[in-house]
Amino acid sequence: KSKEAEIKRINKELANIRSKFKGDKALDGYSKKKYVCKLLFIFLLGHDIDFGHMEAVNLLSSNRYTEKQIGYLFISVLVNSNSELIRLINNAIKNDLASRNPTFMGLALHCIANVGSREMAEAFAGEIPKILVAGDTMDSVKQSAALCLLRLYRTSPDLVPMGDWTSRVVHLLNDQHLGVVTAATSLISTLAQKNPEEFKTSVSLAVSRLSRIVTSASTDLQDYTYYFVPAPWLSVKLLRLLQCYPPPDPAVRGRLTECLETILNKAQEPPKSKKVQHSNAKNAVLFEAISLIIHHDSEPNLLVRACNQLGQFLQHRETNLRYLALESMCTLASSEFSHEAVKTHIETVINALKTERDVSVRQRAVDLLYAMCDRSNAQQIVAEMLSYLETADYSIREEIVLKVAILAEKYAVDYTWYVDTILNLIRIAGDYVSEEVWYRVIQIVINRDDVQGYAAKTVFEALQAPACHENLVKVGGYILGEFGNLIAGDPRSSPLIQFDLLHSKFHLCSVPTRALLLSTYIKFVNLFPEVKTTIQDVLRSDSQLKNADVELQQRAVEYLRLSTVASTDILATVLEEMPPFPERESSILAKLKKKKGPSTVTDLEETKRERSADVNGGPEPAPASTSAASTPSPSADLLGLGATPPAPAAPPPSSGGLLVDVFSDSASSVAPLAPGSEDNFARFVCKNNGVLFENQLLQIGLKSEFRQNLGRMFIFYGNKTSTQFLNFTPTLICADDLQSNLNLQTKPVDPTVDGGAQVQQVVNIECVSDFTEAPVLNIQFRYGGTFQNVSVKLPITLNKFFQPTEMASQDFFQRWKQLSNPQQEVQNIFKAKHPMDTEITKAKIIGFGSALLEEVDPNPANFVGAGIIHTRNTQIGCLLRLEPNLQAQMYRLTLRTSKDTVSQRLCELLSEQF
Amino acid sequence: KGHLELGSWGKRFRTKSRTLHSVHVLQMRFMLLFSRQGKLRLQKWYLATSDKERKKMVRELMQVVLARKPKMCSFLEWRDLKVVYKRYASLYFCCAIEGQDNELITLELIHRYVELLDKYFGSVCELDIIFNFEKAYFILDEFLMGGDVQDTSKKSVLKAIEQADLLQEVRARDSEEEEE
Repeated sequence: KSKEAEIKRINKELANIRSKFKGDKALDGYSKKKYVCKLLFIFLLGHDIDFGHMEAVNLLSSNRYTEKQIGYLFISVLVNSNSELIRLINNAIKNDLASRNPTFMGLALHCIANVGSREMAEAFAGEIPKILVAGDTMDSVKQSAALCLLRLYRTSPDLVPMGDWTSRVVHLLNDQHLGVVTAATSLISTLAQKNPEEFKTSVSLAVSRLSRIVTSASTDLQDYTYYFVPAPWLSVKLLRLLQCYPPPDPAVRGRLTECLETILNKAQEPPKSKKVQHSNAKNAVLFEAISLIIHHDSEPNLLVRACNQLGQFLQHRETNLRYLALESMCTLASSEFSHEAVKTHIETVINALKTERDVSVRQRAVDLLYAMCDRSNAQQIVAEMLSYLETADYSIREEIVLKVAILAEKYAVDYTWYVDTILNLIRIAGDYVSEEVWYRVIQIVINRDDVQGYAAKTVFEALQAPACHENLVKVGGYILGEFGNLIAGDPRSSPLIQFDLLHSKFHLCSVPTRALLLSTYIKFVNLFPEVKTTIQDVLRSDSQLKNADVELQQRAVEYLRLSTVASTDILATVLEEMPPFPERESSILAKLKKKKGPSTVTDLEETKRERSADVNGGPEPAPASTSAASTPSPSADLLGLGATPPAPAAPPPSSGGLLVDVFSDSASSVAPLAPGSEDNFARFVCKNNGVLFENQLLQIGLKSEFRQNLGRMFIFYGNKTSTQFLNFTPTLICADDLQSNLNLQTKPVDPTVDGGAQVQQVVNIECVSDFTEAPVLNIQFRYGGTFQNVSVKLPITLNKFFQPTEMASQDFFQRWKQLSNPQQEVQNIFKAKHPMDTEITKAKIIGFGSALLEEVDPNPANFVGAGIIHTRNTQIGCLLRLEPNLQAQMYRLTLRTSKDTVSQRLCELLSEQF
Repeated sequence: KGHLELGSWGKRFRTKSRTLHSVHVLQMRFMLLFSRQGKLRLQKWYLATSDKERKKMVRELMQVVLARKPKMCSFLEWRDLKVVYKRYASLYFCCAIEGQDNELITLELIHRYVELLDKYFGSVCELDIIFNFEKAYFILDEFLMGGDVQDTSKKSVLKAIEQADLLQEVRARDSEEEEE
């Protein structure tokens, strides 16, 4: 049957059904059912259905089972959770739930679970727990009720009231009927995750249930034995429930350890069946047990056994098992107890990388190699990854490039190796080398003078290749421009040869690279006076001076001019060697996190960093883990002046010390804070621009920008009168403890402000470490004959140094869990001061500086954010969660950061905003 | 003490437990059945998803799965999910689960569902599922609810379905019309 014929046939049928529904003659239940069923069929063939909903709803109230059933099926397949019909549907469901007929109840519960909308939760969340724990409820209905409640709890946790029923639900773990236990365990796990206290008795119950299952003979559980494996689904669920809790008390723990050992032992027993279902079910339980062992991370013996077991799987003939073993080992590699054991499998993993035929398995092998890498095997792993890169699937090349770049940097003992590795990366996979990677190699070379000569020599050699990647030209151009002098002594790489070599690539390159090369040329003019005329000739040529690209043209004109007018001294100053980049988190690492989700990177990174410090008895080499914060782009800055050099060492600001007090008569006394100053201050927490203060004479406006731990604030003083202000003296005052945490620099302003005029003052800000107090801006001036003295709090707050961090749900929760020290968490519950509007709240959280993470919190009404506070000394990861309660008009705000004072301060600041 | 009157909400707050745990309890997102020719035969979504998005996901995922070779592993990472699939004759059974969920048990979940279909239809084939699609859905619903296993016992599930079948009123006239 052709496609067209099918469509024709279906349109005919649809028209027929439509006319039947619209006809005057009322349809009997049977025909209604038939046509609704047909519509459903047509829909499932992939055609759109826009009618029939009403008829389906009518079927719900039928007493005939089949009619009801088709009605419910139609609704669960076709009705979206926000349909207007929900009210009608809810009514029918209510009747069926009250019918006490288990079959009808089952249909109704299924429908609730299938649609699972908020309206349904509102209507039934109170009722279902009662059905679940009622003594006379049939087992099959209990099972449906448990899972139905779970579904509602997932969509609208706020609507499911905790109460007496919870303790009775926990006891369902002891139920006779394994089907009930299975369904209940799913529900309990989810509830326990959110309310661990309320469900903590489930731990011992789950352990004893698990123990009974794993020790049972394969036939004990009758129909719940699956291919000779006793209750595999329930076992997996119980093991998962236990992962909601830390390792239990010693008594229970002993029993659990026995269970886990039994499961590990069983893996060594000969299989009871040759069927793949048997081994799959058995291994499903085994992998879940290993997850729990890794989660507890407290029993070295079990961890090492788990690792050995996975090691066996690495060579298993089942692709699925090899895949899973590689995946599980990745997490084992981050445990200090099993890291060494994981490392012993390196050869097998490398072999997998070379021989696996399935790209998803090879991908797992790359991940595992990355996870098991440390100083001892970095050279080998990097070499293997590089050779794999030559043939790797295009889809994963970029990621491998990032991983190689990170490992090479992190474990570089010898920076010549690092430089070679990166140049190899560019050679092998130049197209996949992102900006971050080649910026980074330049940053490192600039920051480490021991490698500069080698780098210059190596890029010079690499550039000899007739066809080299443009990224290599960029790196080469930049490095020779900075350090070409280090190899100029060798006649084989004399200045002219260097220049000719670079210029031979010029015409093959894109505009940004050409721009970079032009900068290199002017640097050459400074470094090598002997090639000045050659370069001037090049710059002067029509193809440069009259280039159609405005950027290139401008560079050519300016550089040519600079080379002619400037004295050697000036030239040397302007083209001075680049200052070292400030050292911060690697931008490549940030990129990989962004690409892969942080869990695969950071957490392993962090733990491993700590561990490798233990193992090697020394800290990482300083530059390895750090990098320039802003990733200044070497290609973008003309003359290399654009990158902000580190702020010149300035005298530490004492209160007002940086401002010249022109007249001392008035400066002695500082006015108390102006009324309303606190409120105005709070308004600036989530925004950077606006009016900070205003009275009849003076208006103070602010504009500020922050990046990493640095900021710049423009203060505008407007004279609202027509008379001059004299002796106008703004002073910044930092309390004693603030001075050491916050570095402010500014210049005095003109002491005369004309009537109607506005003067501007720039404050450069550096956050040295986290702080609580805010600086005070005191302004003194003479207006007419009177002395004016105004003080306001200047809204430089800790959250300004926020850098938003996007992360996926699982990473968020993982981090959240890691920050579980009591003093890392600060919580505040407060009344809403403003209308509780979702969009405004979102805007405020973003304005606060953290990333707003969507779809992280299981409850969509809650807001979750993450970010990093940058200070000169350190970076502080921050997670926040805001839970509104509309009924009570209250919020609960929870902050977790790695530093208690930061949690405290951010919580204070943000609480004032809602 | 100000928030003592908050009812159940306040109670939750007062416990001040470690509310956010890492997500260990995971949920199946959807299940698809499609033929080797790329025809969708059954779809079940366990998380609200718009029609447009559903169509897009189905198309994309079918393409990825159909392109895979027989000996490859049954798991693949797709978007932020993990897809577990298995081919039975001309049909692909496909479940999307969360990254940390248990892949093998999901694979056996698919198998158990196939067994249930098989038992019910008596060696099931694609045509059975096409023409008795509603049964395929009912059996799936008895087996999984909201993406979680409701009962793993083959007997219990089939008993429920058979009971339902008994309730059907057989009318000769009807079965004739059904043919059409």
